[in-house]
Amino acid sequence: MAEFETPGDLVAAARRTREAGFKKFDAYSPFPIHELDEAMDLHDNRVSLFTLLGGLIGCCGGFGLASWVEGVALPLNIGGRPLISAPMFIPVTFEMTILLGGLTAAISMIIMNGLPSPYHPVFNVERFADASRNRFFLCIESDDPKFDRQATAGFLESLRPEEIAEVAR
Amino acid sequence: MAQPVELPSKIEVGPVIDEGHSLASVSDKVAGVVLKRKITIGWIFGLLVAFSVMQALLGAATWLIVKGVGIWGINIPIGWGFAIINFVWWIGIGHAGTLISAILLLLNQSWRNAINRFAEAMTIFAVLCAGMFPVLHTGRPWLAYWLLPYPNTMWLWPQFRSPLLWDVFAVSTYLTISAVFWFVGLIPDFATLRDSSKQRWKQVVYGALAMGWRSSARHWQRYEKAALLLAGLSTPLVVSVHTVVSFDFAVAMIPGWHTTIFPPYFVAGAIYSGFAMVLTLMIPVRRFYGLEDIVTMRHLNNMAKLTLATGLIVGYGYILEAFFGYYSADIYEKFMILNRMTGPYAPFYWSLIFCNVITPNFLWFKQIRTNPLILWCISIVVNIGMWLERFVIVVTSLHRDFLPSSWGMYWPTIWDWAVYVGTLGFFMTCIFLFIRVLPMITIFELRMLLPGARVKEPVAQ
Repeated sequence: MAEFETPGDLVAAARRTREAGFKKFDAYSPFPIHELDEAMDLHDNRVSLFTLLGGLIGCCGGFGLASWVEGVALPLNIGGRPLISAPMFIPVTFEMTILLGGLTAAISMIIMNGLPSPYHPVFNVERFADASRNRFFLCIESDDPKFDRQATAGFLESLRPEEIAEVAR
Repeated sequence: MAQPVELPSKIEVGPVIDEGHSLASVSDKVAGVVLKRKITIGWIFGLLVAFSVMQALLGAATWLIVKGVGIWGINIPIGWGFAIINFVWWIGIGHAGTLISAILLLLNQSWRNAINRFAEAMTIFAVLCAGMFPVLHTGRPWLAYWLLPYPNTMWLWPQFRSPLLWDVFAVSTYLTISAVFWFVGLIPDFATLRDSSKQRWKQVVYGALAMGWRSSARHWQRYEKAALLLAGLSTPLVVSVHTVVSFDFAVAMIPGWHTTIFPPYFVAGAIYSGFAMVLTLMIPVRRFYGLEDIVTMRHLNNMAKLTLATGLIVGYGYILEAFFGYYSADIYEKFMILNRMTGPYAPFYWSLIFCNVITPNFLWFKQIRTNPLILWCISIVVNIGMWLERFVIVVTSLHRDFLPSSWGMYWPTIWDWAVYVGTLGFFMTCIFLFIRVLPMITIFELRMLLPGARVKEPVAQ
């Protein structure tokens, strides 16, 4: 694990790590850095997809519930007006869309990030506590196919970090 | 790399965040309020006062459950009274939080980063206060679950064409999504608190809340996407909630309620009162917690401008209401507006005009917008004005409608006041607890505002 002082150094290091062919590595920063998405080739759009699905389910579910209740479960004939009065069902349909869409957005983000994960080896590095404060880290994991204790340490050295630490499992 | 672009507003009223802050210093400063700062006498005193006031709510709610809604001033024809006035008032206050956290995020207004957490907290507490009123107003709060569609032995279902049911869906969705959005925003800050705290129990509590967040770039990428989606979903949601609240009135046939201007007019009024409440709370908090360098003059200035803009829309709404009364050529509509202006509740109407139409115009002046004390006083006047607006809408339309034989008067009783003041105590208790146990400013978004957060890649290869 290599430690950097500025976000720019981290982005450059992440880019070189990817170009060097490493797959299983991660960058850690106290705030989101959009340049890292491009440098690390991150494009996971599944959260958006799940949110869309959640929203659609909410939409159909809301309208379906209203139609079923008013049309099937408890039909009330009020002056011969239509039982499925679509415009009047829009508010509930809309709110259910937002509710399920929003919940899936949050839950799918948490699950796909593998949270909650109370233990992770990176926390064994004492200085890593600053990753949530003001420091930037890059960690190459030992199960990467290209990983080699000596060579990878040498590679991290070539990124000119502030400090290098080995992460205990 | 080019020089960082100078923000135009910098010349105007000061930066989003004062000079001299680094990534470490903002983290330590905001987290320090929670972790290091000693509990002051002022905080204990404030919490005690708020907590004591909250007992009024408990007492009044208990008495209500014992005796029923007859202890309130409501009657026929004025069946809504304080419960609905306060419900609409509290919901409106919540709207500024979502506006700041969602709409301003989508519009890329980075100044919002310093105030969104606080405003979102305010939203959640305000919606909680609002939710109590309709539930208590049912008179049998323990049966409030009847509002939900669920299979029951009598095979009775709620009426999906009723705005009151829409309210149930809108408000509960609003509360849920606001809370989820708030929690998602808190995850990285919980991690900061976990890593900065020295005591074991704090590390455990904040660590559990952070769920093992480790600031990974792969996580941030999905995190940002989810935050953006939540903002995108909350934006129409916030507009819809007060629209649905206004449908409670606009769908009815009562003179003065049955108008198409209600939805936009209610949404503008909600945002107006919400910003006023953010100012009411934020001005003292930034002073007592020494956060003037993070919540800067620019924030106050911008919020004051938004208050002015929405205030003017609300004023336009009042003018149109009067115009509709005249233009409808309907005797009931015409009578309603005349009765509002000259009838028994005229003092309420004219105080509302003073509070909401005249007062915000002081905010045209920069000297006033950048004077925290005057701004605070104006925000209080606006809060009162918006409460009066709801009083006037609810009471004046109901008390004299079509048939003079069914006219009546409404005056709140001590129990009405106790519930209302009690929710203020509940709200303030929540705020006092919040500023001590959670970071009141989104730390990670604050870091993004700093010059040190700009990516400057070294050229060397």
